Amino acid sequence: MTEAIRTEGLVKTFGHTRALDRLDMSVHTGEVHGFLGPNGAGKTTAIRILLGLTRADAGTARLLGGDPWADATALHRRLAYVPGDVTLWPNLTGGEVIDLLGRMRGGLDRHRRADLLDRFDLDPRKKGRAYSKGNRQKVALVAALASDVELLLLDEPTSGLDPLMEEVFREAIREEQRRGDRTVLLSSHILSEVEALCDRITIIRDGRAVETGTLADMRHLTRTAIHAELAAPADGLATLPGVHHLRTEGGQVRFDVDTEALDAALRQLTAVGVRSLVSQPPTLEELFLRLYDRKGGSAAGVDADLDSDPAAAAGSGRDGAEVSR
Amino acid sequence: MKELVGTGRLLRLILRRDRILMPLWVVWTAVIPLGYVASINGLFPTAAGRAEYADQSAHNAGFVGLYGRLSGSSLGDLVAWRAGFIPVVIGLFSILTVIRHTRVEEETGRRELLGATVAGRYAGLAAALLATFGANLVLGVIVALGLTSQHLPAAGSWVLGLEFAAAGAMFTALAAVAAQLTTSARSARSIAVVALAAAYVLRLAGDISAMGAGTVSWLSWLSPIGWVQRIRPYGGDRWWPFALAACVTAVLVSAAVALSARRDVGAGLFPSRPGAASGAASLRSPLALAWRLHRGLLAGWVVGFALLGVVFGGVANSVGDMARDNQSFRDIVARIGGTSGVVDSDLAGSIGILGLFAAAYAIQATLKLRDEETNGHAEPVLSTATSRLRWAGSHLVFTFLGPAVALAAAGLAMGITYGVSAGDVDASVPRLLAASMAVLPAVWVLAAIAVVLFGVLPRLAAAGWGALAACLLLFLAGGAVRLDQWVLDISPYTHIPHLPGGAVTATPFVVLSVVAAALAAAGLARLRRRDVPTL
Repeated sequence: MTEAIRTEGLVKTFGHTRALDRLDMSVHTGEVHGFLGPNGAGKTTAIRILLGLTRADAGTARLLGGDPWADATALHRRLAYVPGDVTLWPNLTGGEVIDLLGRMRGGLDRHRRADLLDRFDLDPRKKGRAYSKGNRQKVALVAALASDVELLLLDEPTSGLDPLMEEVFREAIREEQRRGDRTVLLSSHILSEVEALCDRITIIRDGRAVETGTLADMRHLTRTAIHAELAAPADGLATLPGVHHLRTEGGQVRFDVDTEALDAALRQLTAVGVRSLVSQPPTLEELFLRLYDRKGGSAAGVDADLDSDPAAAAGSGRDGAEVSR
Repeated sequence: MKELVGTGRLLRLILRRDRILMPLWVVWTAVIPLGYVASINGLFPTAAGRAEYADQSAHNAGFVGLYGRLSGSSLGDLVAWRAGFIPVVIGLFSILTVIRHTRVEEETGRRELLGATVAGRYAGLAAALLATFGANLVLGVIVALGLTSQHLPAAGSWVLGLEFAAAGAMFTALAAVAAQLTTSARSARSIAVVALAAAYVLRLAGDISAMGAGTVSWLSWLSPIGWVQRIRPYGGDRWWPFALAACVTAVLVSAAVALSARRDVGAGLFPSRPGAASGAASLRSPLALAWRLHRGLLAGWVVGFALLGVVFGGVANSVGDMARDNQSFRDIVARIGGTSGVVDSDLAGSIGILGLFAAAYAIQATLKLRDEETNGHAEPVLSTATSRLRWAGSHLVFTFLGPAVALAAAGLAMGITYGVSAGDVDASVPRLLAASMAVLPAVWVLAAIAVVLFGVLPRLAAAGWGALAACLLLFLAGGAVRLDQWVLDISPYTHIPHLPGGAVTATPFVVLSVVAAALAAAGLARLRRRDVPTL
């Protein structure tokens, strides 16, 4: 498997702020890679280094086999970029911007352009100043998605889009995914979006990658929530390692259990007799909150002691089956 | 009254944001009439000399066109007359200030942010109007106090100060109306500036007509600038134009309020028209984009330069007439640097002014790069297969060639108008065209300073204006104050031969061009190495 993007030990400081602190990440060719982190975690800085707009203080970055700084012009023929905050020239229409940017890259697919304009319900005849934030975002998205490129760098591309348009965006990314030859780096803080679209994920915090892998890999690192109605009290549960936040009300128990202790815990339950059982897999949101909720904590591996986590934070994601924003 | 809640706080915000620009502008403008007192006293120390100068000026179409009609010969009369262009300057400043704090705020969305706080519907408009009215009034007071301190009659000085304030107030109110009309600040600004230019041209045409048969002298009465000049400080101190100005201001302010009440925040009275659904086939390169971004600016400067050329060319011959009749004036002109005739000296002086203006355009065009960078427009372009040099180069085409086009337009217009009045179009067109183009290397040096700043110290790119201000100061002070040659040599304009009429050698042109090229190259080399700033 080849790599579309690889960074090793990227460091970038602005004054006293260390925006990137030895960032390592790797994006495989053909995958949709989620780049997840809250505002200020360093996502945009990393993407700007990959675009050759900003130079790293230390570390190496490779993009499509080239050096993003030295080979910027040649590499940019093969990629398209959507910034998180799109500003358009006030006196150019959206259609003109789409065509201009596409032509200055490697070229534009006319059919795809027309199709995307239609699906995103975008009027290309308006002047740049007349577009709302969401519509400016659509202009940049259509320009990028209709371009004939190998790599899409999307920096929080759906900010300002309404839920309908977000669905159109997801569908468009899924199409890219099915084509299989395009790589997408999708920076986002919208967990449901990343969860729905991405093959692999890198979670960044304070300029460092704290987790990377598939969503399934990451789920292994966290807990499942169990709600069971039992025939008799299950005494052994409280002492079982890996069981947390155990609450017993009448014949019902609720607890969270580490993935490696799941088997032992279920044995305990079936030993006393289970009348009903609801098990909820950990959501990305939970994982995310666990990674971020430790104020000033160490690099916050999920395998650290989780008992100190606020139960409310862990529980909130579980109330809805889908992750709320 | 609840519609005005928060006006005070917004007013403080405006004063805070303009705390450098506004005082600078007010003081700079207010000091100009003081300079006239010194220069008129220096040139014409006796009443007889002033009377002669006044008599000739009052019959010189060029001067009357530029400054307005002159009807007395006291020092105060002459100062007030020479200050005839200042109402236009104040009008322009008032327009820019009002638009910046009304329509620009709406266009950028900041108005919405503030509108959601405790701020009444009219608070933003009221604050912008109050701030600008206030600045105009302060300017008027400084003029009055300054001129009184120069031993001019106090009454006349106050009237002149208030004349300026009245002119400013009318254009402040006009800009408030323009700001309601369009969604784009740029169009609102254009509407107001065109109205200002129209007022000036109406006054000019009316006043020149009044020198002769006076068939269209009524045109002056259509112009707010014409009205305030009828006030005639020091020579009549008429008060009725103030009443007229107050009425017009009041009507325009009520119109602006009424219009703003009828529209939504962010919307304009004129809807914006749809444009092309797809880019023209030619819109495919950074240069094509730069052309779209620069063409309006270029057209404006070229038209402006052509008009200045018409005025300068038309005035030049009358300067010759004047000098033929006046021995002392000829001596003065010769001393200032004329080498072959008073007219050439005047034309060379006019071209010197054009050279400074051209540098203003060059710097403005260069700073467009910085605007593109800070507005986030550069990022998408640089993310395509466009190198930084190509991106910067596409804008710098306009920095370096735009002034050439503007100067050529001015030189051509000067050549034609002067040639017609002097009867030798064939000779004067190439001569004045060449003389105008000769200042280009100096313009390029100033432009290149802006390029270096943009490359090396992007945050301080606007300091390029400082270099121009220094050259302007040396240009203005050079003749009057005895400065050491090395001080004058700092300005690239000092090294350009005085043309037409001066001796020409290739050295200064070559040296200045090389300096400009080296500076620009240094700036671009640094641009390739530095980060492109984020929003």
